[in-house]
Amino acid sequence: MRDVAIIGVGITKFGELWGKSLRDIFVESALRAIDNCGVKKIEAMYVGNFSGGLFVGQEHLGSLLADYLGYAPIPAIRVEAACAAGALALKQAFLDVASGFSDIVLAGGVEKMTDIDTGEATYGLAAAGDREYEAFQGVTFPGLYALIARRHMYEYGTTREQLAKVAVKNHKNGAKNPYAQFPFEVTIEQVLNSTVIADPLRLLDCSPISDGAASVVLCPAERAKEFTNKPVKIIGVGHATDTIALADRENITTSKATVEAGKQAYKMAGVRPEDIDVAEVHDCFTIAEICAMEDLGFVKKGEGGKAVEEGLTEIGGKIPINPSGGLKSKGHPVGATGIAQVVEVVTQLRGEAGERQVRNAKIGLTHNLGGSGGSVIVHILEAI
Amino acid sequence: MVGIVGYGAYIPKYRIKVEEIAKIWGEDAEALKEGLLLEEKTVPYLDQDSVTIGVEEAQNALKRALVNPEEIGAVYIGSESPPYAVKPSSSIIAEVIGAIPEVHTADYEFACKAGSEAVFVCYGLVKAGLIKYGLGIGADTSQGAPHEPLEYSAAAGGAAFIIGSEDTLADILETYSYTTDTPDFWRRDGEFYPRHGGRFTGEPAYFKHVLGSAKGIMKKAGLKPTDFTYAIFHQPNGKFPLRAGKILGFTMDQMRPGLVAPKVGNTYSGCSLLGLAATLDVAHSGDLILITSFGSGAGSDSFIIKVKEKIEKVRHLAPTVKEMLEDKIYIDYGTYVRYRRMIKE
Amino acid sequence: MVTAVKVSKTWREIPQRYRLEANKCNNCGKIFFPPRLICSNCKSRDFAPIKLPKEGKIYSFTIIRTPSSEFKDYSPFAIAIIELDNGVKLMSQVVDCDFNDLEIGTRVKLVFRKIQEDGSSGIIAYGYKCVLVKS
Repeated sequence: MRDVAIIGVGITKFGELWGKSLRDIFVESALRAIDNCGVKKIEAMYVGNFSGGLFVGQEHLGSLLADYLGYAPIPAIRVEAACAAGALALKQAFLDVASGFSDIVLAGGVEKMTDIDTGEATYGLAAAGDREYEAFQGVTFPGLYALIARRHMYEYGTTREQLAKVAVKNHKNGAKNPYAQFPFEVTIEQVLNSTVIADPLRLLDCSPISDGAASVVLCPAERAKEFTNKPVKIIGVGHATDTIALADRENITTSKATVEAGKQAYKMAGVRPEDIDVAEVHDCFTIAEICAMEDLGFVKKGEGGKAVEEGLTEIGGKIPINPSGGLKSKGHPVGATGIAQVVEVVTQLRGEAGERQVRNAKIGLTHNLGGSGGSVIVHILEAI
Repeated sequence: MVGIVGYGAYIPKYRIKVEEIAKIWGEDAEALKEGLLLEEKTVPYLDQDSVTIGVEEAQNALKRALVNPEEIGAVYIGSESPPYAVKPSSSIIAEVIGAIPEVHTADYEFACKAGSEAVFVCYGLVKAGLIKYGLGIGADTSQGAPHEPLEYSAAAGGAAFIIGSEDTLADILETYSYTTDTPDFWRRDGEFYPRHGGRFTGEPAYFKHVLGSAKGIMKKAGLKPTDFTYAIFHQPNGKFPLRAGKILGFTMDQMRPGLVAPKVGNTYSGCSLLGLAATLDVAHSGDLILITSFGSGAGSDSFIIKVKEKIEKVRHLAPTVKEMLEDKIYIDYGTYVRYRRMIKE
Repeated sequence: MVTAVKVSKTWREIPQRYRLEANKCNNCGKIFFPPRLICSNCKSRDFAPIKLPKEGKIYSFTIIRTPSSEFKDYSPFAIAIIELDNGVKLMSQVVDCDFNDLEIGTRVKLVFRKIQEDGSSGIIAYGYKCVLVKS
């Protein structure tokens, strides 16, 4: 396998993009990534998308998006792993370049979620779980994470305030991100007094319904300097699955897929959790960030809530998590999220994150999780 | 002898008081309670219908019968409120309890006698030797139009009986039916709420048939009211059955255990069977029971039942009617309207 | 939107939803609900059909206050992961209860209820929910 580098990144504003369609936002992000590195051609593209079918009634995105990006007839592949679709697109693009099959490959992610009502979007999102044995009973995604939160609180004494602190921290970071859907700060009181969605989770524990797209361009590491003076190498890739239904897991407070994907990525990269300078983890709900920190080995199991409370995950903390604002503040256009995380880490490793820059960030990690943990993809990136 | 091998009742957990309904319409709750002998009624939750209620009854009956569901040769349900206009409920229940596929199923409808009809046919088939066991169910989630006398009584619940010829907990000594076409209550196809003949539902309908059937079966069996330990009459409210019993010569002590309407309401096809279940809950070996059902435009069925020792051993295997009556959550009129899906979008 | 409950989709789940039919690996004893063709634990393909016990306890629970479109009429409603007495866990609504009575460890039993309806003219999908067991 060849070493692979990320040479260009591009992202759209996340939010309710009423005036733009799925194809508009994808092309916008892809053109930004292409312009960011100045490549003249793309040889293949992989696009992560959760549910064009349910959200906008559009499948066959490979053709649509290659066509509108102006690169047809290049091979274009839409990949899906629920909310981890974006990172899966990057993994497949990585394999394409690493294998030597292609040189310049684009990995993108896109979701357009605001063309339907919230109730319908909730139905669509439930497709990321077990339709016949979870959604059929009426459980929603906030519901699944509420079940995790309740159990985590029961087993480890995680508090309601610690969950709120995740949202407060991520909004504080997101307030400094021009692409964020909700670029403003919130207080603990605001989180604790927001509408209950699925007890114990409240509105401000939940990532929003968003439109958005993100793209990156990859090439063999040996050619990276042709296009950029700040290439970032993909040094670790981990990808694992777990039961689709939450109830089928022995312990719902641990994502086995996260633990396994983390192990694979650390091993491939030859680094340990303490070597990570900055991480973007999948905080679709506040509890998810706490579980991810623990399962990725940043803190011991059960101590995630405490670590957040103590400020260890702030931008200036010991292990800065979600400097972009995370899914919570930045927004969660499902298929785009995994790539958006990579865009942030690359920006951090390049030292271009401005006000939200983590100092001396050399090695970064992204953790993208699908469903309630049925698919997890971890990437470890390093500034060359 | 052919008789009851197992019985099971079910009533939903939600209740609404007569006062709560009367308050909404500015009516005199005390007068209504006294006039109809009704205190409160059961309300099915959004996810309950006569199928789910019938399943609960059947499962409770199976707990007491201790028979293999695959040996049940017939599943019959009587209900005026089936969830489908076309598609039977009995086959759903047969699936749930595991009586499929070698089982005869049918739905009885159209009047409150439907539940006793189901039991009656099971009795006939077992006696004829065509089936080993038959499951007869009476279950309803009856609906009364708002601001109508029926609104105070129309309730949900019922009871199921497994009929067989071996190891019975009570034997059926005699059966009798008394039928004429007396249309005192009806619902035309496609209409949501039923209509009734007002006071015409009394003498020419309820009383003529209940009295006719009870007298008929006692004459056939050569028995008189004092021979019975207990008697149950169809109970659209608390008042009618007591009056019928009194005319026939039954005492309050004979009727009290089976009089469930004041606390349950009118469970239509379920109600006389529910009264029988409540009576079996307290009956002992040797007790003689008379039960007479009634259905508008359908007449009455009567049974004479003799209780056996087995009842003492199996009674506790499923919840009693009294236990279910005590396990309740009161709701207000707004919640009632919501649970009964009376708010139209 | 593809929200309609096609009848075959509902019908084929009847053994599980009505009768809690599961299967148990004859090699390692792991129980699967719904039944599977290969054991995820030992890879055996030799199974025996079993029925799940109807009682268990709450492993975790929540109150859904923002439901998906099909459950709008029921909101708010309680849903829980139930750990049945043989250790199998399943997702189920908890009905006929005061939400304040719900706790991890509370005893429950499964009951037969309507789960979804395909509008007023479509098929009714029945299945299991649970109620609290009186202590």
